[in-house]
Amino acid sequence: MPNRKQNLVVVGNGMVGHRLLELMVEKGATDRWNLITFCEEPRVAYDRVSLSRYFMDMTAADLTLVEPGFYQANGIQIYMHDRVVEIDRERQLVRSANGVEVAYDRLVLATGSYPFVPPIKGNDAAGTFVYRTIEDLDAIKAYAQQSKVGVVVGGGLLGLECANALKNLGLETHVVEFAPRLMPVQIDDAGGSMLKGKIEELGVKVHTSKVTTEIVSENGKLARMEFADKTSLSTDMIVFSAGIRPRDELARQCGLEMGDRGGIMIDESCQTSDPQVYAIGECALYQGRIFGLVAPGYQMAEVASDHLLEVATAQSFAGADMSTKLKLLGVDVASFGDNFAKTPGSKELAVGDAVAGTYKKLVVSADGKLLLGGILVGDASAYGTLLQLMQNQMPLPENPLSLLVPATAGAAPSMSVDSLPDTAQICSCNNVTKGQICAAIQDDNLTDMPTLKKCTKAGTGCGGCVPLVKDLLQSELKKAGVEVKNHLCEHFAYSRQELYHLLRVGQIKSFDELLAQHGKGHGCEICKPAVGSMLASSWNDHVLNTPHIGLQDTNDAFLANIQKDGTYSVIPRVPGGEITPEKLIVLGQVAQEFDLYTKITGAQRVDLFGARVDQLPLIWRRLVDAGFESGHAYGKALRTVKSCVGSTWCRFGVQDSTSLAIEVELRYRGLRSPHKLKSAVSGCTRECAEAQGKDFGIIATENGWNLYVCGNGGMKPQHAVLLATDIDKETLIKYIDRFLVFYIRTADRLERTSTWFNKLEGGLDYLKQVIIEDSLGIAEELEAQMQYHVDTYQCEWQTTIENPEKMQRFRHFVNADAADPSLCYVQERGQKRPATAAERATLATVQ
Amino acid sequence: MAQSLSTQAQSPETEAKQWHSICPVTMIAPNTGVNALVDTEQVAIFRVGETDEVYAVSNFDPFSQAFVMSRGIVGDRQGVLKVAAPIYKQNFNLKTGECLDDATVKLTAYPARVVDGQVQISA
Repeated sequence: MPNRKQNLVVVGNGMVGHRLLELMVEKGATDRWNLITFCEEPRVAYDRVSLSRYFMDMTAADLTLVEPGFYQANGIQIYMHDRVVEIDRERQLVRSANGVEVAYDRLVLATGSYPFVPPIKGNDAAGTFVYRTIEDLDAIKAYAQQSKVGVVVGGGLLGLECANALKNLGLETHVVEFAPRLMPVQIDDAGGSMLKGKIEELGVKVHTSKVTTEIVSENGKLARMEFADKTSLSTDMIVFSAGIRPRDELARQCGLEMGDRGGIMIDESCQTSDPQVYAIGECALYQGRIFGLVAPGYQMAEVASDHLLEVATAQSFAGADMSTKLKLLGVDVASFGDNFAKTPGSKELAVGDAVAGTYKKLVVSADGKLLLGGILVGDASAYGTLLQLMQNQMPLPENPLSLLVPATAGAAPSMSVDSLPDTAQICSCNNVTKGQICAAIQDDNLTDMPTLKKCTKAGTGCGGCVPLVKDLLQSELKKAGVEVKNHLCEHFAYSRQELYHLLRVGQIKSFDELLAQHGKGHGCEICKPAVGSMLASSWNDHVLNTPHIGLQDTNDAFLANIQKDGTYSVIPRVPGGEITPEKLIVLGQVAQEFDLYTKITGAQRVDLFGARVDQLPLIWRRLVDAGFESGHAYGKALRTVKSCVGSTWCRFGVQDSTSLAIEVELRYRGLRSPHKLKSAVSGCTRECAEAQGKDFGIIATENGWNLYVCGNGGMKPQHAVLLATDIDKETLIKYIDRFLVFYIRTADRLERTSTWFNKLEGGLDYLKQVIIEDSLGIAEELEAQMQYHVDTYQCEWQTTIENPEKMQRFRHFVNADAADPSLCYVQERGQKRPATAAERATLATVQ
Repeated sequence: MAQSLSTQAQSPETEAKQWHSICPVTMIAPNTGVNALVDTEQVAIFRVGETDEVYAVSNFDPFSQAFVMSRGIVGDRQGVLKVAAPIYKQNFNLKTGECLDDATVKLTAYPARVVDGQVQISA
């Protein structure tokens, strides 16, 4: 080995290129190798598998795969926004578009693939897109705003992801597939038609066996697609997602051996025809095959890194398992192993359930003893178990169908993780075995999923194995007798529940005091708001008072809800949803005067959007004068108690639900809790107030009230459970007092009552014992804490506008009276809304 | 703006810049931020504890594309002082402006100090 460090140049910073760099660092390469990489995109490697979530709940930052500071810390030279345009194999040099020249000792091509655009006349018209990068998504999103109809060409895995994205953008969405069924590579005709039915139920129109002949534009705008069967489809935009092609132009340019239909030929060490050059991921061709999934790409990275470092036990690449499990448009689809029963003598068993919308097929060996593959549509919960059975060649039960219909009496019990051999591959994306996961848990004393995932990489690919990994972790911890750690954050080595106890027992009144006694460091955005909430629910001091102001999330700090452009929305309390015409008029006047976008919320209130920080006190001065008070919509606090009109007006109502709702809302207003709290009161069993979907809900009966708790709407709806029946109002209030304080004291941070309840050992019986029978002997204390809250309630806004020191904070600039000059609005349906990035750009050029 | 304040050269690139007086340090509640207009720039200034320790970074949050950084929560990660963006909660090193969650993103950091009870920013 020469003395000087060798140069390893990795062309491409996608998922696989980045994985290779991570592996090189992990395997200690940095003392012998200079690692250099080129990233053509404006950002470092991100999770392309989860790309469609960019339109839902993830930002570009959430999608990143690169640990903060990873490249700097490990001395990796990265050329951003630059791509290699030439390889000189003779002089072992690469040259980039920006003119950078780098010499290499070894070169790895991880250039990935590009979306295939079928050669259809008009395929380059304005309004046509591909779906590969965040920039592609930004372009699609911008164009979708002026479109009503979108078509995805290609009904494969990525095409359906893309259809989901268009649907989420509010477009009428169509999928056009050339083959006679959706996902032709993964699933069979029966599975395909089940999937089609499910997807059409969701409002996406599926057109199979369609050969597009022309894309027609009219007046410079996309108009329609014409098909070989003489039909046509009108559309405003088209996204091509008809498969991928290897990015192999560099390899072609420098004369590496290529496949007939493209792809850089590699051997089992991932070396190309030039032994100094490797190719991995979707640009590489192994035995005539391109592997368009991330798991085989990661395997290639593993093999190449071993080989580069001359690891004695180097693995070799021998093709890859193309098993996949996905959720497409909310429909589970999985396919694994020999899914089309190509093994001679193999048999198929299939169960289709048109009512449940599920289709499950197993392919078993000729003797019926081994599982060879399968297809699952509509319900893929058995995927993990089935994959393990197949990969570990475990014997099948006598009646393999029992694996597909586990609810049947006498069915085989579900496989426990303990029965798997240590060699069982749990995460196929990152090739992690059960043995490796168990070793990590035991040797490094890992006790939580995030760390386990980080250390082993298990579950960080497609995520399909996460439930199995979780089971493994729990089983191992149980065996080791370890209690699962639940620390709030790095500053407090206590769970929220423990901290709450310490705070109350020690009569601690400020964050600094709590930190000095029980924590370390300066705190962070996790512990500060959590402690702020605990202090508020315990001592009910104003959240803007000096020692507390720095703990509050911006919503609490400005007593309003921050919006995407940095302005706020204002929601005054409207107890029980009852409001006088006079007050309604004031709301309208205020909205008009301050030019606020106005919307009725789902909780029977009025929300006024677009208020600047400097306007908030002026708005609230008007509202307080008119008799309104803070609605606490900004806090993790009681929001509203929704009600129906009840027996006062309704011919069916049996009790006065509105009066009770107002009373309950006024009792618990301002109560801060681990998460927001919602409630409702219905005047009869028709349940117009939807009380069974609330944290606590009350339904009138002929004899009194029924109390439901721990229900939830939102992301994971959950039906509330019935805690007490036919109780009078006094008992009802007593039970709610106890329930709420018990929850506030014991729940984790940001844990809704439903999740808290699901984790409560002993479940509903236990909850009834604590709340109704007072089995812990704390009922009196819980009630006293609530009474203290009720007695010390103040309207946070009224106190604020009466206090000059607090008012001082409601300015955009500390040293100038100007408002935020960056705000920009456009009109829509007669009201203002924030301008989009594209609109801002246009407005700026006009000005 | 205090034009006449002597500018001690801290590093070559600050040589051409000058110190601007912003406000009394007592106007910034301990462990919170304020937003200041410095020439035409929006600058978020944070005060650590009840001290004269102040830091300044650009008020523009690159993730939400809004001018809101001054409204973030001040804290630390493994001892590194930081502020969490108020909208999507990415963390930024208070001293350098570097994003701790995305190595490709960085806020401009401005030299900041307290002189005679006045917060000053060099820009």
